[in-house]
Amino acid sequence: MAEIDLPDNLHYTPEDEWTRLEEGRVLVGVTDYAQQQLGDVVFVELPEPGNSFEKGEPFGVIESVKAVSDLYAPISGEVVAVNAGLADRPELVNEDCYGDGWMIAIVPSDAADMEGLMDAAAYQKHISERQQD
Amino acid sequence: MSDVETLGHATRGLAWEEPLIFERSRPGRTGVGFDPLDVPEADAVALLGEDAVRDDLPLLPEVSEVDVVRHFTRISTWNYAVDLGLYPLGSCTMKYNPRINERVARLAGFAETHPMQPDSLSQGLLRLMHALGEQLAEISGMDRVSLQPAAGAQGELAGIMMIRAYHERRGERRSKLLIPDSAHGTNPASAALNDFECIAVPSGPDGVLHPEAVAERMSADVAGLMLTNPNTLGLFEEHVARICEIVHEQGGLVYGDGANLNALLGVARPGDMGIDVMHFNLHKTFSTPHGGGGPGAGPVGVKNILAPYLPVPAVRKRGDTYSLDYEFPHSIGRLHGNHGNVGMLVRAFAYIRALGPDGLKRCAEMAVLNANYLLARLRETWDVPYDRPVMHECVLSDARLEGSGVTTLDVAKRLIDYGYHPPTIYFPLVVHGALMIEPTESESLESLDRFVDALTAIEREARENPDLLRTAPHRTPRSRLDETRAARRPILRWQPEGDDA
Amino acid sequence: MRYIPHTDDEITRMLEAVNASSLSELFRTVPEKLQLGRPLDLPVAASEQLVLAELSGLAELNAHATNHDWFLGAGTYAHFSPSSVDAMASRAEFFTAYTPYQPEISQGTLQAIFEWQTMTTGLTGMDVSNASMYDGASATAEAALMALRLTRRNKVVVAGGLHPHYRDVLGTYLGGLGSEIVDGGRAQDGRSQLPSAIDDATACVVLQQPAFLGTLEDVAGFAEAAHAVGALLVVSVTEALSLALLRAPGDQGADIVCGEAQSFGLPMGFGGPHLGFLAARQKHVRQMPGRLAGQTVDVEGRRGFVLTLSTREQHIRRERATSNICTNQGLCLLMATVYLALHGRRGLRRLAEINLAKAEYVKARVRETPGLALPLSAPTFNEFVVSVPDSAEAALERARRARIVAGLDLRPYAEDLGPAVLVCATERASREAIDRLVAALAGGAS
Repeated sequence: MAEIDLPDNLHYTPEDEWTRLEEGRVLVGVTDYAQQQLGDVVFVELPEPGNSFEKGEPFGVIESVKAVSDLYAPISGEVVAVNAGLADRPELVNEDCYGDGWMIAIVPSDAADMEGLMDAAAYQKHISERQQD
Repeated sequence: MSDVETLGHATRGLAWEEPLIFERSRPGRTGVGFDPLDVPEADAVALLGEDAVRDDLPLLPEVSEVDVVRHFTRISTWNYAVDLGLYPLGSCTMKYNPRINERVARLAGFAETHPMQPDSLSQGLLRLMHALGEQLAEISGMDRVSLQPAAGAQGELAGIMMIRAYHERRGERRSKLLIPDSAHGTNPASAALNDFECIAVPSGPDGVLHPEAVAERMSADVAGLMLTNPNTLGLFEEHVARICEIVHEQGGLVYGDGANLNALLGVARPGDMGIDVMHFNLHKTFSTPHGGGGPGAGPVGVKNILAPYLPVPAVRKRGDTYSLDYEFPHSIGRLHGNHGNVGMLVRAFAYIRALGPDGLKRCAEMAVLNANYLLARLRETWDVPYDRPVMHECVLSDARLEGSGVTTLDVAKRLIDYGYHPPTIYFPLVVHGALMIEPTESESLESLDRFVDALTAIEREARENPDLLRTAPHRTPRSRLDETRAARRPILRWQPEGDDA
Repeated sequence: MRYIPHTDDEITRMLEAVNASSLSELFRTVPEKLQLGRPLDLPVAASEQLVLAELSGLAELNAHATNHDWFLGAGTYAHFSPSSVDAMASRAEFFTAYTPYQPEISQGTLQAIFEWQTMTTGLTGMDVSNASMYDGASATAEAALMALRLTRRNKVVVAGGLHPHYRDVLGTYLGGLGSEIVDGGRAQDGRSQLPSAIDDATACVVLQQPAFLGTLEDVAGFAEAAHAVGALLVVSVTEALSLALLRAPGDQGADIVCGEAQSFGLPMGFGGPHLGFLAARQKHVRQMPGRLAGQTVDVEGRRGFVLTLSTREQHIRRERATSNICTNQGLCLLMATVYLALHGRRGLRRLAEINLAKAEYVKARVRETPGLALPLSAPTFNEFVVSVPDSAEAALERARRARIVAGLDLRPYAEDLGPAVLVCATERASREAIDRLVAALAGGAS
């Protein structure tokens, strides 16, 4: 397996998503580990802006040729933007998962949700433990 | 570049290149002719109205009969097929499809009959269907059989619907179904179509289901258990009788997926094990052809407790007269617009007739002997995750390839270069990098030995020249195809040049 | 045993190799009390010669379209199939192959599917087509399920003209999901009434074109009514040849076009195997059931085809798949593709015109024959209702004595029409046979 890139300025979920607080919105995407595990991403299904999700609720679907995974809201809140570019170029998730491959922006309804997320070191540990299972 | 490469249509001897049929189109050509009309011409626009009539038929080619026959004959040569050799797809039972089956199915008295012609004009077919239902019941130990489902998955759907109807009539709303982790994907999909929640049951370390695992998950909210026996690891579920008891004790029913029935013909019967309802895959066990993905046929058999719920119509016999019977008030209803894939029923009937009781048992014995023989010879070079006596198929893993950079997919693709269709791969999901091999009884000893030699050679190549595998196949009209590209930007039909989707 | 190659000597050697002393020992993991312990109670094995003789005997007990003149349609049609259709389907490379999961050695099947998908989209006026469903009835049920998923609504409104068997299958498929089905009625002229039940809870309206009784429906009007409340229009076609003459459903607002393509070269075969089809709009492709072939390239950049968008299917998405369908009607699709290629854009149109002309000739003869009448005034394609003087049963029996299967007794399906027969005339009906048909239906009244 190639080395896993885990930027220090992000927060992570056990479901292999990252979050970044940016001007009152939280950007969400999948981690480098997730995109490596999935392989070539061929389709990302995202919600319409305006929908609200509870923390842990599925908000979308990511597909490779032979696998499907749900995407789970890392925090509760309203989706205010989605990355429309993924409709035509799902490969952005593979090429730039922390940048152009972002998925949705959420305005959090409960700031405390952010505190439950992992930092890069904790997430790295989480991955290692899972691989040993 | 030599002339043969620039001018020839053949790439390697008799290997053809062939465009899409649309690209062969030339304005003015046709592949049919009609006699002069013996009735007055009809003016469609005058009769139906201008708005109702279309102007043109786009996306149909203009080609001659010669063009059509050459086109399809050429592209047919790009297919692997049972008639070319061993086709060891696990759980698919790619046995030989006897030619007599094809011949009888094409008799005008079968092929040119109409599903809604009166029963009095269909006595031969109704008699055949009635007899086939009884024969399948005898083979499986079930009480009644409906031949209507068009494929295994539809038979399975019928079975789950009957389980639901049974509980509902008893005033119970059970919301869950137990499904082993080694099950086919159709099992949970059929359950979902009935709004059942699927509860996975893990198989034990020995690859079979254990009574305790079922008991732990069984409750008054569980409608039943779906079981494939022999399972997808090729192992007989030896605790099946106890497991069925556990399910029955709590009021549940057991569904038997008949995909692997070939191993049991004449040896043991699902109905004697406690199975309440099951489907048959006539295109696996009973030699009807797979047709490049169907048509199949998936009759469903039940014990008497579920007989009231069978699909309608059923074929009834009164004296020497046969009729279609709709009088089942509790039936789940109709699953097919007509009587199912009757052409496949005719073929299966011919097969059972040709083999008789001894021949059917011989199929099971030779299928099991072949699978165990392959396992015995492949065990030396390949990892066998569940090393036990198997039934009709055996499962290998890619464990010993670790470090070579070679995957199960690469092995499968390399087998193509050796002239074989690959086994089922990456299934069952409980085995990492699985290769699931079902030789069937059709293969001779020398055929199996050659296949073992190929897999042994490939194992050596994996260590010595892994790139050879990673870039395989090398000897096919197309090398590995870009599935990612196909899925990212789907092109699902041909478009004339200059047309946009 | 002619299908099994093993000699006694080979069996002995193989048993040694697997450390078993006998064939029965191979089954040692099957508990003894579960073993059958007796021969199956089935007829003993028969030679090929005997199998052929016995099955030929059974075949001869059935009336069929080569020893009777045939006017029975009602969803299964007696069309002529050119010899090369069966010849191509008899190529072992097609009929003894499995589903094309290994594309490098399945390009023949995959290319044929791609060609079928292309032709189907052209005929229906849609963007995408799948690689077949079991039959027209289950295709229609799957189309309704697709509409339920797309709209996240729970009600299906069925126009009165849907084939009663299709209606039954729809009820069976949707029965497990707690969906509501509302049935519409039939107007005086034989067309479906626009159901008043179409409302903002409606996922789709299912409309058959031509209707079960042969009448041509107002597809555009139904599309407008469905779309006005955000519902989808599913157009179901049982007589696929009509697509060659009638305006494509996709050009009249249909969102899903499905149905039965048996008319394209498949034998009637007592109702199967036939060929369900399902075509849809590009934007809905990910909610389609069934397999799809897509174009791609190989490592060397050469065009090739693969099964694609497989994540919709049961083997990957399992309980969340768009359908449980796995094996479909692959060889039937091949036959229809060969048939459509042979006919081409002009031949298929001409064939449809011939069907219309034959049907119009029957209708003209019926109009001028005392005792017979055409109770429905709406236009038709190749199938229509004929009122008969006494009872449909008696009329059909008169015809049968003249070796004619004259149509469907409509008493169980449309009793309000009185004694009536649903009659279909295809290109196989000669003028002479039609004249005899009319005389037989009229009986002494003519």
